[in-house]
Amino acid sequence: MSYPILSTVIFLPIVGAIFILFIKRTNESLIRWTALLLSLLTFGLSLPLFTSFDKTTAQMQFREVSNWIPAWGIKYSLGVDGISVLFVLLSTLLTILCVTVSWKSIKQRTKEFYAALLLIEGSMIGVFCSLDLFLFYIFWEAMLIPMYLLIGVWGGPNRIYAAIKFFLFTLVGSVLMLIGIIVLYLNTGKSFDVMQMMTTNYPYHLQLILFWAFFAAFAVKVPMFPVHTWLPDAHTEAPTAGSVILAGILIKMGAYGFLRFAMPILPEATKAMSPVMMVLSVIAIIYGAVICLGQTDLKRLIAYSSVSHMGFVTLGIFALNIQGLQGGILQMINHGVVTGGLFLAVGMIYDRTHTRKIADYGGTASVLPIYAAFFMVFTLASIGLPATNGFIGEFLIILGGFTASKLMGILSATGIIIGAGYMLWLYQRVFFMEVNPKLQGFKDIDMREILTLVPLVILVFWIGVYPNTFLSFMDVSVQNLISRVNSAGQPQVAQQILEVIK
Amino acid sequence: MDKYILIPLLPLAAFLINIIFGKAVTKDKAHWIAILAVLGSFVLAVQTFTEVLGGKVVNQDVYTWFVSGNFRVSVGFLIDQLSAVMLIVVTSVSLLVHIYSVGYMHGDTGYYRFFSYLSLFTFSMLMLVMGNNLLQLYFGWEAVGLCSYFLIGFWYEKKSASDAGKKAFIVNRFGDFGFGLGVMLIFLSLGSVYYADIFSKIGTLQGQTINLLGYNVDLITLIALLLFCGAVGKSAQIPLHVWLPDAMEGPTPVSALIHAATMVTAGVFLVARFNPVFNLSPVAMAVVALTGAITSLFAATIALVQNDIKRIVAYSTISQLGYMFLACGVGAYGAGVFHLYTHAYFKALLFLGAGSVMHAMGGELDIQKMGGLKKYMPVTYWTFLIASLSIAGIPGLSGFFSKDEILWLAYNGGPVGKVVWAIGTLVAALTAFYSFRIIFLAFHGRFRGTHEQEHHLHESPKAMIIPLMILAIGAIAAGWVGIPEIIGSKIGVENGIANFFQPVFGHPHVHAGPEEEQLVMGVSILCAVGGIFVSWIFYSLKPEIPKSLAATFKGIHTTLWNKYYIDELYDFIIIRPVKWTSVNVLMAVTDGAIIEGIVNGIPRAIASFGAKLRKLQTGYVQDYAVSMAIGLFVIITLVLIATGR
Repeated sequence: MSYPILSTVIFLPIVGAIFILFIKRTNESLIRWTALLLSLLTFGLSLPLFTSFDKTTAQMQFREVSNWIPAWGIKYSLGVDGISVLFVLLSTLLTILCVTVSWKSIKQRTKEFYAALLLIEGSMIGVFCSLDLFLFYIFWEAMLIPMYLLIGVWGGPNRIYAAIKFFLFTLVGSVLMLIGIIVLYLNTGKSFDVMQMMTTNYPYHLQLILFWAFFAAFAVKVPMFPVHTWLPDAHTEAPTAGSVILAGILIKMGAYGFLRFAMPILPEATKAMSPVMMVLSVIAIIYGAVICLGQTDLKRLIAYSSVSHMGFVTLGIFALNIQGLQGGILQMINHGVVTGGLFLAVGMIYDRTHTRKIADYGGTASVLPIYAAFFMVFTLASIGLPATNGFIGEFLIILGGFTASKLMGILSATGIIIGAGYMLWLYQRVFFMEVNPKLQGFKDIDMREILTLVPLVILVFWIGVYPNTFLSFMDVSVQNLISRVNSAGQPQVAQQILEVIK
Repeated sequence: MDKYILIPLLPLAAFLINIIFGKAVTKDKAHWIAILAVLGSFVLAVQTFTEVLGGKVVNQDVYTWFVSGNFRVSVGFLIDQLSAVMLIVVTSVSLLVHIYSVGYMHGDTGYYRFFSYLSLFTFSMLMLVMGNNLLQLYFGWEAVGLCSYFLIGFWYEKKSASDAGKKAFIVNRFGDFGFGLGVMLIFLSLGSVYYADIFSKIGTLQGQTINLLGYNVDLITLIALLLFCGAVGKSAQIPLHVWLPDAMEGPTPVSALIHAATMVTAGVFLVARFNPVFNLSPVAMAVVALTGAITSLFAATIALVQNDIKRIVAYSTISQLGYMFLACGVGAYGAGVFHLYTHAYFKALLFLGAGSVMHAMGGELDIQKMGGLKKYMPVTYWTFLIASLSIAGIPGLSGFFSKDEILWLAYNGGPVGKVVWAIGTLVAALTAFYSFRIIFLAFHGRFRGTHEQEHHLHESPKAMIIPLMILAIGAIAAGWVGIPEIIGSKIGVENGIANFFQPVFGHPHVHAGPEEEQLVMGVSILCAVGGIFVSWIFYSLKPEIPKSLAATFKGIHTTLWNKYYIDELYDFIIIRPVKWTSVNVLMAVTDGAIIEGIVNGIPRAIASFGAKLRKLQTGYVQDYAVSMAIGLFVIITLVLIATGR
């Protein structure tokens, strides 16, 4: 590779965002095209990560290391492995779709909108690539502000409440994580080097405290039960692109955080706490699914379904076996694709009808048949139909969960029954039955909108029919992670908790 | 190998072409692509069948679907006696239904959509029966369910149709829940999901138990019963039968193909395929046999009083599927699959005949409003009559041979077998009765519909009646491959089907002698003739009898009319409580009062506390943040203490 790929895909959008701020406000079309070209270029430049990635090693690849603030042991250290590489690609892809879907729907402060979007992209990728905790924390926090603005400025009627809630939840978690990071720093010989931490063995009690400090930040992001209540508000009020970024990538960072930091750095604590995490995950699965049945708002329903689906993700991760972890990571990608797709689709119909109330729909399939077909694909992927991506992820997760604990496996599988219930009921109320007079006269989706959805549909079936393309990326890294966690001794606490659960 | 791939791929290709280009290009010519594709599959299936007849068995992978650690699964084909028969059933009925639909669906706005779904269904069903591993079976299983969902709700503007489609899918998910866990348990116990591995290793699990939520359960029994859960859902057995009658909302060709001949028999196929597993668990076998027997009786009693022609046939399907499970449960897998095969033809014929009647009656379904249709639509009448004679079990027709085989083997199946034999014989009489109730009420007597309808009565177009005639041949002759020995020995024919299935199912055990076999056969013939005779008295000779009976036994009649109130029961104990919990507990209490209360309450409390201390902090954001940090800190400390540190 002749260019530093990771730095490029992180800073190209950020520099681009600043560049956009210098374009004349009234020249909206130039702003949009610049944003589109930048996102396309970033995506193109990120592709070598897909094609040149060495799948046979668990080592960090595409590394870039240089000293940044040597006095404090802070390095500019980037790299990806099989766990993070796919998220970088997902981020660059989804950003393009966010630009195209906002093409006509964002009419005010266009300049700031696209700048914020690109800023988020850069910092998100930064989060996935950072191998220095200080750098990681900077990106983690940097992402918060444009996201806060995205919801607060371009959101729905209740946007201020949602934005502040989002901000506060995340901030509180982050503060605790910062304390954790500092404690880690002091216990690692004044270094923020993640690679070094992954090979250091910390005392078990320190691990436990750190685990909960990181948990505060990550659990809020995932979001895990019971700290999920910011999500429905944020999702519902955010503009389409905001919801897509939130669902597609931002909430993945919580799960990613567990995978990248909590598990390899704090293996004993992870092992000890896995039963607790699994219980919380299963609660989220069932709780999120049942609460979907009571929703009357399209976006809110999909938001709550995210709680349920992310429950599957954390269940798989904390099952701590290969099927669970691979399923969990794949399901993170899947959820980004499917829920991202659902939010894009909802945004498209919202642009026409300006209502999110399910009761305002009905018979949409007769009025917008092409749109209905796309929505059906995402619906089916969401309920885990075989040959769609959702099936592979959920199957591996439930298999992993079942292997770790029969009860957890059985309980989580009930999620697929309720999942079919709320999604098909939603589809029926929106697309089937008699045409709601309010929908008469709306045009089916146009080519721009179709092209926005097609990449995700391709991914739905690609991952569903031949998931090995993606599973093979993470195989070695996941094996490595498992052996790291298992190398830790089984502390007594875990035994006790396991006894209690049994 | 290429040939076998083509069998499912042809319909898949037809689906893709029609779903993408149907609206703009193929339009009302969509059926050509679909029919040619399924015709191609049919020809290949016949060819495959003859190869299997010659003793060839194929088990081969196409490509690796996914791998994770030691879990590996591929898309692959197992072509043996069982799947070869299924291939013939699926492609032949599918082909005829395709042709019939050209006439039946003519002029429908969703014409191309209909044919693309039919193709997708055929593809899925073929993948289901041809798979060489459980996960591919599961793929086909869910995919046929999806097609069923699409096709039941084909006229989606109708609320009842979209309700029925959704219901079918969700009820099936309850069965699949068990099925899926069964798949996982098999993998955890045996390390593979391939049939060949499972069947060769299942013996090693004998005697092993598993701790399930505190109880020690026999492992093989648990695996078998979990798989059976899936079968109960897909094949509409008690307690998951509720979706099938509602599925009649779909276009009638769909009812014939999916909800009679093919998809609903997937459950029977599953149990038959897993006979090496079920055979090792007497408990599971008894459960299968009794579920089948009870369902067959239960559904037959409901069918006695219904007036909707399609629903009667639907209940009859549930009942006959029960028969097939009854057979599998006593170890007579061959007989069960034999009945699956004959049933496919006479039941598809009944549905398509009912569709022909509806076509003439302008969509009317109530047999009380028909009558005397015989003279208006002779082909429909005669073919419907043949199907009814076949299902009733009149000697010489297909249904007789398969039903007789089942009852005879059940009779030999120990104490459980004797019980299910008795139930099965009773059901045979009921079946004959309700089947001829349709004949007498719809086709005989005088017309009871409106003048408008009478004016329009006509025989259906050729595209519709030719498939009826072909199916009628099947309803007569399909069973001749399984003529029982006591008859066959006299005319020099052997029981071909039993011998054919021997490599897959082994040979069923028969203890009783030929006199008893004659007795069993005699009783079942007597039941069939008796049922028809009573039906003739009730609905032709003395029509006042059923009315007075209904009045005398009002309670029973109302219960049957309302299908034992099962739907109402499920609504009351499952659907309402879950929705109620969602709105009144989760949204209002936990998310609303508790979590939001804490989230908004802590800052508020601290803020007011702070106000008293003359407000140390200014601005909302910091206030909230700090107080929430403190709150979380307290929680974490508590957790740490709780976990022992």
